[in-house]
Amino acid sequence: MQDIIHRLETMRDQARAGGGQRRVEAQHAKGKLSARERIDLLVDPGSFEEWDMFVEHRSTDFGMADQKIPGDGVVTGYGTVNGRLVFVFSQDFTVFGGSLSEAHAEKICKVMDQAMKVGAPVIGLNDSGGARIQEGVASLGGYAEVFQRNVLASGVVPQISMIMGPCAGGAVYSPAMTDFIFMVKDSSYMFVTGPDVVKTVTHETVTHEELGGAVTHTTRSGVADQAFDNDVEALLNLRRFIDFLPSSNREKPPVRPTADEADRPEMSLDSLVPANPNKPYDMKELILKVADEGDFFELQPNFAANIITGFARMQGSTVGIVANQPMVLAGCLDIESAKKAGRFVRFCDCFNIPIVTFVDVPGFLPGTAQEYGGIIKHGAKLLFAYAEATVPKVTVITRKAYGGAYDVMSSKHLRGDVNYAWPTAEIAVMGPKGAVEIIFRGDLGDDEKIEARTEEYRQRFANPFVAAGRGYLDDVIMPHNTRRRICRALAMLRDKQLENPWKKHDNIPL
Amino acid sequence: MFDKILIANRGEIACRIIRTAKRMGIKTVAVYSDADADGKHVAMADEAVRLGPPPSAESYLLIDKIVDACRETGAQAVHPGFGFLSERAAFCEALEAAGIVFIGPGTKAIEAMGDKITSKKIAHDAGVSTVPGFMGTIEDADHAAKIAEEIGYPVMIKASAGGGGKGMRIANGPDELKDGVRSAMNEARSSFGDDRVFIEKFVTEPRHIEIQVLADKHGNAIHLGERECSIQRRHQKVIEEAPSPFIDAETRAAMGAQAVALAKQVDYVSAGTVEFIADANKNFYFIEMNTRLQVEHTLTELVTGLDLVEQMIRVAAGEKLPMTQDEVGMCGWAIEARVYAEDPYRGFLPSIGRLTRYDPPLDVDGIRVDDGVEEGSEISMFYDPMIAKLVAYGEDRNDAADRLADALNRYRIRGVGHNIPFLSATIAMERFRAGRLTTNFIAEEFPDGFSGADLDTYDRGAMLAVAVAFERANAERSLRISGQVANRGASDVGTIWTVREGRENTRVEIRPVEDGYDAVVEGQRYAVRGPLDATIAVFDGNVNGESFPVQIDRDGIYRTLSYGGLSQRVLVVPPRVAESLDKMPAKEAADTSKLLVSPMPGLLVSVAVGEGDQVKDGQEICVVEAMKMENVLRAERDGVVAKVHAGPGASLAVDQTIVEFE
Repeated sequence: MQDIIHRLETMRDQARAGGGQRRVEAQHAKGKLSARERIDLLVDPGSFEEWDMFVEHRSTDFGMADQKIPGDGVVTGYGTVNGRLVFVFSQDFTVFGGSLSEAHAEKICKVMDQAMKVGAPVIGLNDSGGARIQEGVASLGGYAEVFQRNVLASGVVPQISMIMGPCAGGAVYSPAMTDFIFMVKDSSYMFVTGPDVVKTVTHETVTHEELGGAVTHTTRSGVADQAFDNDVEALLNLRRFIDFLPSSNREKPPVRPTADEADRPEMSLDSLVPANPNKPYDMKELILKVADEGDFFELQPNFAANIITGFARMQGSTVGIVANQPMVLAGCLDIESAKKAGRFVRFCDCFNIPIVTFVDVPGFLPGTAQEYGGIIKHGAKLLFAYAEATVPKVTVITRKAYGGAYDVMSSKHLRGDVNYAWPTAEIAVMGPKGAVEIIFRGDLGDDEKIEARTEEYRQRFANPFVAAGRGYLDDVIMPHNTRRRICRALAMLRDKQLENPWKKHDNIPL
Repeated sequence: MFDKILIANRGEIACRIIRTAKRMGIKTVAVYSDADADGKHVAMADEAVRLGPPPSAESYLLIDKIVDACRETGAQAVHPGFGFLSERAAFCEALEAAGIVFIGPGTKAIEAMGDKITSKKIAHDAGVSTVPGFMGTIEDADHAAKIAEEIGYPVMIKASAGGGGKGMRIANGPDELKDGVRSAMNEARSSFGDDRVFIEKFVTEPRHIEIQVLADKHGNAIHLGERECSIQRRHQKVIEEAPSPFIDAETRAAMGAQAVALAKQVDYVSAGTVEFIADANKNFYFIEMNTRLQVEHTLTELVTGLDLVEQMIRVAAGEKLPMTQDEVGMCGWAIEARVYAEDPYRGFLPSIGRLTRYDPPLDVDGIRVDDGVEEGSEISMFYDPMIAKLVAYGEDRNDAADRLADALNRYRIRGVGHNIPFLSATIAMERFRAGRLTTNFIAEEFPDGFSGADLDTYDRGAMLAVAVAFERANAERSLRISGQVANRGASDVGTIWTVREGRENTRVEIRPVEDGYDAVVEGQRYAVRGPLDATIAVFDGNVNGESFPVQIDRDGIYRTLSYGGLSQRVLVVPPRVAESLDKMPAKEAADTSKLLVSPMPGLLVSVAVGEGDQVKDGQEICVVEAMKMENVLRAERDGVVAKVHAGPGASLAVDQTIVEFE
């Protein structure tokens, strides 16, 4: 017995040491924490239960039989974040560069399978050089096993990827299929083919950072949802993020007690929308003033910023916020923003998170770039997402809701549960000027007439009353009461039941 | 008495005048530009008349439109407030011609005192002591240089039609004089439509002391004591008080007598202010007379108990003064801090935008807040950047200063930059508390600008104690989230925490007690009591039994703590997290040294360089106008211009690149 225990301790020490002191120091020198240090910061102290510490690879080629480190480059297990269960795998770059062997993949699959059974999120802390090349096809098989589980888990438990080092080649496709990707600035990158291959094939010279760094993926590609300054801030933010998420699709969003009153008025919202309809204002002010404690976790803040997406709480309970941002491209819908918001709406719908939509949208962005880029199908993604969503949907139109974009933005016609408008709302096919130029084309030379017609159109349609008169709006509300009205609507909708017809799955325009 | 008056002004002073008129049962008419259509003064008045587009020259300075507005609304009298038309004789005349009463002095006094050169001659004749200088108008830079040589440097260049520090420059030598004359003339032209300037001897170690006078149409004139306005930044008053800690009864009487003599000399009517400059030996010299209500009239009101606006209205209606000089009583101490929309960390450059949060400290005892904004108001680039006047009244100077400090700590403004940290830092200084003021106070105490106050050890500890108590309370709350598993691990809610300011860690020990937390910071114990939930913006409880209103802003995992002129961004984390943070590399800020960016939103007036030009350290690159002030942006080192990104007339956003260097 003593011998066994001694052997156990030795093996544990070996596993905990990872790739050894030298490699851990090298990891630190790069500004990165080790796999275990990361887990320690992510989960509640003392809550981590590690699995498969003694798993080793089974490869014998290229001298691998002599190189074995218990754990095989990934630390897996479960723990809690503020007492709520999460499953974690954390790749260890100090062990074989975090490369993925068959055994390494099996460890990941094991926690994913268990997470599915008990209904808890899977968090991947990615820091891996890629496939274990010495293993060849066995490593590829391992990737595919993980991919398959990512797909099956999608919509069942939240999956979050935190990229904290390299993530290249086929390895990117596991994070790609998770719900959220976060990155660490300056020390992480993601790409399908690296700078060397790019140089050979397309003769482009590009750095790792430019090709797939955090800035690239949070501003240009939209692959990542947020980037953080360093490992520690990334993990602290991840804890904050997990507090918003339901554990699985079988649960309602978590409720965190708050002292923020549901009927808190915000008088200054009455002056948020400027008198001039062409003047922008910051929609984030509305979100921050309406949300519990002004606490808003924004996703993709620097990508497709003409639409805002993120999580907030109302009366302690998580809601997904989607809002047009008049500060950027006048809040138009375009390819990127429709994709961004469409994916977010679908996440919320998967996990029973009510959606609160703030609308100020002048329409779809015109232009060849948009049409050639396929705005027809991409724009349809957001429309599809809202239309199929069965979670509670509360919508507030603050100003413009023009044309097809009005329909898209969680309108009554797409089964919006509660649709409100501020008195400043204009719900119409298009802006008064454009409308008059079409209806009264014959008067185009006559400025005076056009002006009179425009004013007539404005009087008739540039208000919420036509839509309210048809029941497309449930009420016209004072801006300062917005929080109270949304809280009440959400309380009313708490036990909403709505099901779509049975189908194998839908066919969203991908 | 009048039934209805019109207030030819905007912002806080319009609101303040409307309040008195309402109390007197007089109906009020506001006027407004398009920028102020939703202004507080418009909402407060019984009626409002639109004047025109936002620029003052097309709205608040239009005499005809204001006279028309009086006719339309039947207003019998006009209160001009300060600034705008308050010292324009032409305005008085136009009103007089229309049979409308001007609530202020007569045309004669305005004309006599409005021109600084004429006013000095009159003052001299009335037996008022004056500063040596040249009484004529300066023709050009060469003329200025000649005169300056005669009276000796340092000299001061002032706009003849000036006021409020606009169009004023000091020159210590011929080079500065050349620059100063040019910019004073430009500023005078854009602010007053009159580019005449004059030069006088510049008094060293000066204190700015002014006497409030009040006169009626029956030949009675009294003075209401002094105000000291020595704390100025670039000749713009920042902190004022009444009485002055420097002036004794004898000097007060002498200054008062001279002020009254001057008022009588010009048949002065209504409220006016005679400004003096005093040197260390209590010699005092006349500077100018302001023939209007002053911004800082509030101080005199608090120490005398009189409502100066009411007195002005009564005098205008022909009533006699309610008291003789002997009956003027003064009691207590009042200190005023001007809250400006300007960024103290960026050289006090003007800041504009929407007041996303605005919460003045109305509940503090002895505090008067004169403002013209509310949460959601827009601070526009068209007008003066003053947001509010915060005035504290107390039994004595210390009492008033303590109250002002408390009120400043509680004053919450977000959305635009503001000078509250600077005001807090200033009134906390030992030199201020000792009353050792001169008009150079700010220049001497903040020679390198302002970068936040240094708190003493106790206050800093108290601030960190509140921050940790806040974090701990919220960590406890986070552990009450739904959906927890039974066998959860130990919580992060420990007794030892680390407050991280930049890369510096401070260890704080904290334990919950029945009604709050007991903390220990660097050996000092702090009992933190009061609400600490995440909805608080200002900590309203107390530390060791005393109120300690630290403001807490949350931004993701970060907190910004503001107290006593210090605004500090911190992370409050368990020690093990802080240890990990120590391992994280320090990130370098992006290199912007090769860019000249606009430090404020504004209008690009001129660009003095072209692409390929060699520039020297300190050389003028361009001029940006904001809030009626011309700001010259200069090269910070020698270099070559690579690219000019914006041309004259461009509207600039803050941090927008204007010029790029090689």
